[in-house]
Amino acid sequence: MKKDIRTAVTAILGLTLMLGILYPLVITGIAQGVFPGNANGQLVYQHGKLVGSKEIGQQYTDLVYTSSGKVKLDDGEPVTTPDKRYFQTRPSGTVPADNAAATTFANYGPNDKVTEQAIASNAAAYLSLNRPYDPSLTLAQVPVDAVDTSASGIDPDISPANAAIQAHRVAAIRHLPLPTVMALVHRFTGQRGLGFSGEPSVNVMELNIALDRARA
Amino acid sequence: MTAFGWITIFGFVALLTALALPLGRYMAAVYTGGHTWLDPVLGPVERLLYRCFGADPEQGQDWKAYAKSLLWFSLAGWVLLYIILRTQTFWDFTGLNPLHYHSAPWNVTFNTTSSFLTNTNWQYYGGETTMSYFSQMAGLTVQNFVSAAVGMVVVVALIRGIASRSGKSLGNFWRDLVRTCLYILLPLSILVALTLIFQGSIQNFTTYLFAHGLTSGGAQHIAMGPVASQEAIKELGTNGGGFFNVNSAHPFENPTGFTNILEMLAVLVIPAGLVFMFGRMVGAPRQGYAIYGAMMLMFLGAVIVCYIAEAHGSPAQHAAHINTALTHGADGGNLEGKEQRFGIAGSALFDVVTTVTSCGAVNSAIESFTGIGGAIPFANLSASETIFGGVGTGLYSMLLYVLLAVFLGGLMVGRTPEYLGKKIEAREIKLVAVGLLLTPLAALFSTALAVASQAGRASISAVGKGPQGFSETLYAYLSQANNNGSAFAGYTGFVQPSAGNLGSHGVTFADLLGGFTMLFARYGPILFTLGVAGLLAGKRVSPPGLGTMRTDNPTFVILLIGVIILVGALTFFPALLLGPIVQGLTGHLY
Repeated sequence: MKKDIRTAVTAILGLTLMLGILYPLVITGIAQGVFPGNANGQLVYQHGKLVGSKEIGQQYTDLVYTSSGKVKLDDGEPVTTPDKRYFQTRPSGTVPADNAAATTFANYGPNDKVTEQAIASNAAAYLSLNRPYDPSLTLAQVPVDAVDTSASGIDPDISPANAAIQAHRVAAIRHLPLPTVMALVHRFTGQRGLGFSGEPSVNVMELNIALDRARA
Repeated sequence: MTAFGWITIFGFVALLTALALPLGRYMAAVYTGGHTWLDPVLGPVERLLYRCFGADPEQGQDWKAYAKSLLWFSLAGWVLLYIILRTQTFWDFTGLNPLHYHSAPWNVTFNTTSSFLTNTNWQYYGGETTMSYFSQMAGLTVQNFVSAAVGMVVVVALIRGIASRSGKSLGNFWRDLVRTCLYILLPLSILVALTLIFQGSIQNFTTYLFAHGLTSGGAQHIAMGPVASQEAIKELGTNGGGFFNVNSAHPFENPTGFTNILEMLAVLVIPAGLVFMFGRMVGAPRQGYAIYGAMMLMFLGAVIVCYIAEAHGSPAQHAAHINTALTHGADGGNLEGKEQRFGIAGSALFDVVTTVTSCGAVNSAIESFTGIGGAIPFANLSASETIFGGVGTGLYSMLLYVLLAVFLGGLMVGRTPEYLGKKIEAREIKLVAVGLLLTPLAALFSTALAVASQAGRASISAVGKGPQGFSETLYAYLSQANNNGSAFAGYTGFVQPSAGNLGSHGVTFADLLGGFTMLFARYGPILFTLGVAGLLAGKRVSPPGLGTMRTDNPTFVILLIGVIILVGALTFFPALLLGPIVQGLTGHLY
């Protein structure tokens, strides 16, 4: 029995050294050498400032200020309003939205009134944001990804249909021709993995950055 | 539903089979002492490890000695992991706790330790708000490897018992453990980790970053870490414990449609490969094909139902008048709690892949699946890991069911039941029956306790009203008893006001009940399985005669599926009725 215990203890310590220390270190070494961009999260810098990661969804919103010039707070979190110049990401279940340091599911059940209310309110917000620039837009045309909460809360992508609707607004606000905006949407639409896995997805950050460049 | 959705599902099955066949051959060589092409590199490391451990790899162990080594090793692993997790700040000097996170409280740590030790990876905590990089690497990643290896060596021992022509030896635990980690899990993990990084997973030791955002409201902190190395073994070892709270839905864990397929293949390739390995090790590949056929049929049934249900949309969406039909450029369906890049099919398939195995990784919120779509993971868990199942655990659970089916079949036709030439007698079948009932017993007993007590109901989430609250609870204990680890994530056992665990507290009832459920439902069946292996090892092999019931033809496959469904349904149907089935049958909102 004593021998069994000694073997068990040395085994777990030895395997910890090999699998818990050496293995991650070797992988990190190779990753930083061969794919440094990916290994560090495809970060985007502008004017020397880190603005975000291409892989991580972000809020394209503006802070709301009170009359005394302070950031308006609600329940401790800043109140924001969508920046109409930019494509907007999917609804997020994290607090605050698109929190990439504390991700969480929204966990809305399929048969819950709370879920219906959340979806209905997302749809109303989406319509009020986009319908002024596309009067023919109806509730039936609103794509599910625009009203359903994402899983990660930091989904970087939207569906091509969602982007095509928002393109009307973005083009009008930025005084760009719609085809120019749509061309950018197509450029940043990622195809299915291996040609069949998943759905075509528009990367919102890449698209928004390209839009800023198009204006300049 | 789309053509691409169906191509994803059937393409995946084809890829899986194509990869599992050669892996099965390779693993048979690893466990029977044959030569592999990795010998020149790994041979010296292997011998060095035996010397350090002071273990004699050539010494055969009977089932009791094998079980004893396994239990001591597990106990040592439990203690070490608990210490590492509870002394998180002590390791700050390594620089691998950039945000100086404190340890989670004792009760949550008890749950987490038991969870990773038993290959469950149930997580009451969120990775990026609780764990230091050091805890993730030296603590959790190590158990991801070795808990998987423990599951695999048990099935290898059982197979040796079935195939044994002489004597009582089931092999040597230390040799099997080392060879599993070194020759199977480690090389595959390196391959998968590097592919994940090539596709966009991260692997660094940087502190969390602050990004200013493109607009004034867009500022965010971004969690970093050595993600890919843990992600790879999380899938390959059917562990499922995410580096981040949202698991494989996180873009750093699962960045593209390609990695989604890769991760699903990583989850199933070893459990599927083990089935083919079994056929080779008992000298009758057709026996392996028959079991593979039974597993694949049940798997496909689950995927198809789940995909159709999710593509249809949820009652909540319909009540809000959302158009869930497929339209040009949009997926339609129930995209609540799902990621755009995976879509409905990629989420439904992933969900089934990780709930038939004991993986329990998720790339979407299971709690948000429709009633019927959500009933599929329930059904998969109710089948007690026989549909591929966890690495090792799946095949040994399945083989126990095979013995049960052989016994029932034998009774029906009035012949002495035998499997691969070994007579199945009263003593074995008693162990099989009890071994198979331990997991359902643990699941249902814990659920009953949790819904009947005030302390248990405290864990139900605020949105979990009506049958959803029951579903959450049942799923929690079904998942922990099956060592799965996926969750209706609203169910809570850890209250954490802010990242880093200051001021946090665990829900003692849920943490302890869950922890003991996992330990009981892991080591109970393991001991019974090794016991069966020991009994079978000592039996003489009789040549097949005219009266032998064949176990490698379609009739037997159907009998086997029937037995699994019958046992699962009889055990779980009443409980399932109260939760997911009610939700699936009604458009009513609660």
